[in-house]
Amino acid sequence: MIRLLGHSAILAALVLAAFGAVAAVVGVRRARSDLLRSAQLATYGTFALLLVANFAMVYALVTHDFSVSYVAQVGNRSVPVFYTVISLWGALEGSILFWGLVLAGYSAAVVYLNRDNHGSLVPYATATLLAIGVFFYLLLIGPADPFVRVSPVPADGPGPNPLLQNHILMGIHPPLLYLGYVGLSVPFAFAIGALLSGRVEDGAWLRLTRRWTLAAWAFLSLAIMAGMWWSYEVLGWGGYWAWDPVENASFLPWLTATAFLHSAMVEERRGLLRVWNLSLIVATFLLTIFGTFLTRSGIVASVHAFAEGEIGYWFLSFIAICLVFSLALLLGRSQALRSTGRLGGVASRETVFLLNNLVLTVFTFTVLLGTVYPLVAEAMRGVKVSVGAPFFNRMTLPLIVALLFLLGVGPALPWRAATRAELRERFAAPALAGLAALAAAFALGTRHPYALVAFAFAGWAGATNLGEFRRGAAARMRAHGEGPLTALVRLVRSNGRRYGGYVAHLGILLMAVGITASSAFRLEVERTLRPGETMTVDGYTLRFDGVAAREEPRRFVVWADMALLGPDGGPREVLRPRLNFYRTSDQPITTPAVRERPHEDLYLVLMAFERDGSSVTIQALVEPLVVWIWIGGVIVALGALVSLLSGRRGDRPGRLARGEAVRVKRVPAGTAR
Amino acid sequence: MSWLRASLGALAAVPVLALLLFGMGRDPRAIESPLPGRPAPDFTLARLDGTPTRGPWADAGGADAPDSFHLRADSGDVVVLNFFASWCVACRAEHGPLGTAAERYAGEGLKVYGIAYQDRPEDALRWIRGMGGQSYPALLDPGSRTAIEYGLWGVPETFFLDRQGRVAYKHVGPVYPELLETRIGALLRGEAAPEDGGATSSPGWQRGGEAPGATPELGVP
Amino acid sequence: MTGPAARPLVAVLALACAAPAVAAFALAGAAPVVAAVAPAEQAEALPDSLIEARTHEIAAGLRCVVCQGLSIEDSPAELAREMRAIVREQVAAGRTRAEIEAYFVDRYGEFVLLEPRAEGFNLLVYALPVGALAFGALFVAAFVRRWSGPEEAGAGSAAPWDGHDDGRAG
Repeated sequence: MIRLLGHSAILAALVLAAFGAVAAVVGVRRARSDLLRSAQLATYGTFALLLVANFAMVYALVTHDFSVSYVAQVGNRSVPVFYTVISLWGALEGSILFWGLVLAGYSAAVVYLNRDNHGSLVPYATATLLAIGVFFYLLLIGPADPFVRVSPVPADGPGPNPLLQNHILMGIHPPLLYLGYVGLSVPFAFAIGALLSGRVEDGAWLRLTRRWTLAAWAFLSLAIMAGMWWSYEVLGWGGYWAWDPVENASFLPWLTATAFLHSAMVEERRGLLRVWNLSLIVATFLLTIFGTFLTRSGIVASVHAFAEGEIGYWFLSFIAICLVFSLALLLGRSQALRSTGRLGGVASRETVFLLNNLVLTVFTFTVLLGTVYPLVAEAMRGVKVSVGAPFFNRMTLPLIVALLFLLGVGPALPWRAATRAELRERFAAPALAGLAALAAAFALGTRHPYALVAFAFAGWAGATNLGEFRRGAAARMRAHGEGPLTALVRLVRSNGRRYGGYVAHLGILLMAVGITASSAFRLEVERTLRPGETMTVDGYTLRFDGVAAREEPRRFVVWADMALLGPDGGPREVLRPRLNFYRTSDQPITTPAVRERPHEDLYLVLMAFERDGSSVTIQALVEPLVVWIWIGGVIVALGALVSLLSGRRGDRPGRLARGEAVRVKRVPAGTAR
Repeated sequence: MSWLRASLGALAAVPVLALLLFGMGRDPRAIESPLPGRPAPDFTLARLDGTPTRGPWADAGGADAPDSFHLRADSGDVVVLNFFASWCVACRAEHGPLGTAAERYAGEGLKVYGIAYQDRPEDALRWIRGMGGQSYPALLDPGSRTAIEYGLWGVPETFFLDRQGRVAYKHVGPVYPELLETRIGALLRGEAAPEDGGATSSPGWQRGGEAPGATPELGVP
Repeated sequence: MTGPAARPLVAVLALACAAPAVAAFALAGAAPVVAAVAPAEQAEALPDSLIEARTHEIAAGLRCVVCQGLSIEDSPAELAREMRAIVREQVAAGRTRAEIEAYFVDRYGEFVLLEPRAEGFNLLVYALPVGALAFGALFVAAFVRRWSGPEEAGAGSAAPWDGHDDGRAG
């Protein structure tokens, strides 16, 4: 019954989406508003059908209906409900089902919010989104069918991968990631629409998609941060970024999307970089599909990889179609795009944005090259090589440092050329702040050149961005006689785009400081202890009090009681690093005990233990300023939110600026449907 | 719409797609070993007391068995080195075939050694006994020095050494009777290893990595 | 305007071009941040902290063969610890980084190195990004030069967009 429901819903969605895509294109080319209306309804219908399919799957999961193949794959009766529900996206087929839902949701939202817009962009964009949907629905009735019948029906299933049952962040990271990934399809669809309809010059596609891009970018930023946090809390190695191919895959579209957010502003103001912006957003979309391909094709071995199989070939075909189509369209149409307008001059914000794009693009290229290089080397040399963290750190640290520097230049520069006096005035304090940060870092013990430079540039850029708030508020105070707080609030509200961006910058700086500090000042101690023995690390004294264990339905948990001793020698608190032994897996999963404080984290890992509790091996790490990475990530999203919520009324998709008339194309009476 | 440029754009996609297609055709986890064709790294390892559980040495109460074994290039024997562990699920499948081959070819100059990898002696002995014992010695490899000398990626892995003491074949994953017959037979006859026959793996064998933080030796209930 | 404000341009673009220089410096052997500062005390630590530092450095470049992409420095796996012990021994015995890496490559293949050896075909993976940056910086400089200047009169497309997509079809 569930299977029938699921299959029918997907099949219907496939048909509806295909119809809608065709209807939209024909409708816009032949000026048939009835077809356009049908396309709109088809989009809503697709969303409703995907909702049905997803709910059906969740229902099957929660009721442990093992006659459904996906449930038989990831379900287990002893898994708590929360983890059962989120196992919707825990394995391949379910993740595609969920992706389909998010895509259908975005498509419906785009159509709904642009329902009063009768230009040519929206139908082409709708058609593109629906066409992408067609691919995913094809997967769902083909290689990634989650509703296959299982017979005979097993009594129980193996449950989700133990790594996915260990932390509630597993309920947050994938949805955020999909909201980000899939969200980036929206500006892509509008870019294709702009190219197909020929309407690039007026920048309408940029305006219509600004908020969508920003929202998707914010989700992706949060997703990457949540992934880092999960890695830190669950994998037990004390790190949060390993340059794993699939981490890179989520990072690549983020890099190009960040570049796009900036260079779009140059196009808006100066009418330049049109082809570049189109290329950037096409690249962003292709990178999201490529990222999905990497996890599902078996082409690289990774912590994240889903099962491999023929689905890789489907993705490859889809990438091929999108790549060929986009490249052909871009190169074919771009000749006709004229650039007008002028840059403000050498010492202007536009120049900084160009440099920002340069660095981000080279960054993207470097990470992409490193990720696929093993493939290239094997193809050309026949030898397997590794490209791991040392390579990526070495090649990207200069770029990251350059970005930190630019972060402190752009905000203080105006859109036209700055005068010398302005430059002196705006950069004097930040330069001093940078030097002060450098001195402070050195005094605190930083010796590594990159860390020193990073701290210095963080000081420099922090001062610039904060200085902008100060300058703007001061101007308001002078002009309107407002108090400082009022001025600040009104400033941000009336200029949300700009100041939201500065808030996001500050978030990035916080993350940079956290990452630099926790790498450069990391301390690590490993000891084997008998009960009652203590170990010290960086002023913390830990006493091993004993090992305990607990039997749970789905796993066997062993933990060590580590007492953190106060200055008087008495226990202040107890930390319990754990090892979880799942029935379905050979290897145990660690859960480190993390004690988070604003200035540093104390991170304990239970490495090994004697079965009789006579000794344990504990690894203790002290990592400064780690919480600021997570806080910084949230601030980045907040900044994006501020920027999203502001803007002129006319910017809001579907809403009209006051007094704006809308020309509605009427179907001549008597036209047959 | 410039169709010429459009076609050029489309063409630009070809090398990228070709590369990805190539990538689909190979297994990222199958690592070639540099060892086949080279002299086998020699070692001296202690025998796991209690093995072999049957055969000449066991019959004599183990008193005559050497305490340690030194791999010698000039022994003229064909040697099979099998790295195993009591916690390794896949090793169970190959234990029987190995023992059968050891007994069958013992007279023709075959020597089989099991080398315990990251295992405690008691656990390994218990496992061997639980599998019905074996006629060849198990050796202990503290600190995994020998395993690292042989470039071990995990267990089970089996190395076939020819009469001149060179590594002729390496097999990743559990060995099975046909493989043993073919390889051992060829080596006993003195045939040279084929050019591309150096390293093989069991069909469908996935080399799983340990999850970070996993230490298999201690604390498994 | 060019002229008085040209110097900041020079500074900023010089930075962009300095990045390749920095990258070259990095290539020449500056250790990555991760392997950086604090010497970790291990249970088996020798008193000589220089040996420890060298061990960390070299171990950070070797792949843990039973993990997914971690170095033997970061990995908690038993085999990683044993490989680290071998590295420490060889460092104490005075072997160079190249010799120790060669030891592991002889047994595990090039795959055990976390960074491709900078020789032969592998040079591409190092040279291409640096080349891209240098080329891109030159391009940006040329672009800024070409497109800077006073606004053209009547450049209507560059005027701020005034509102809504206005209903033109096709």
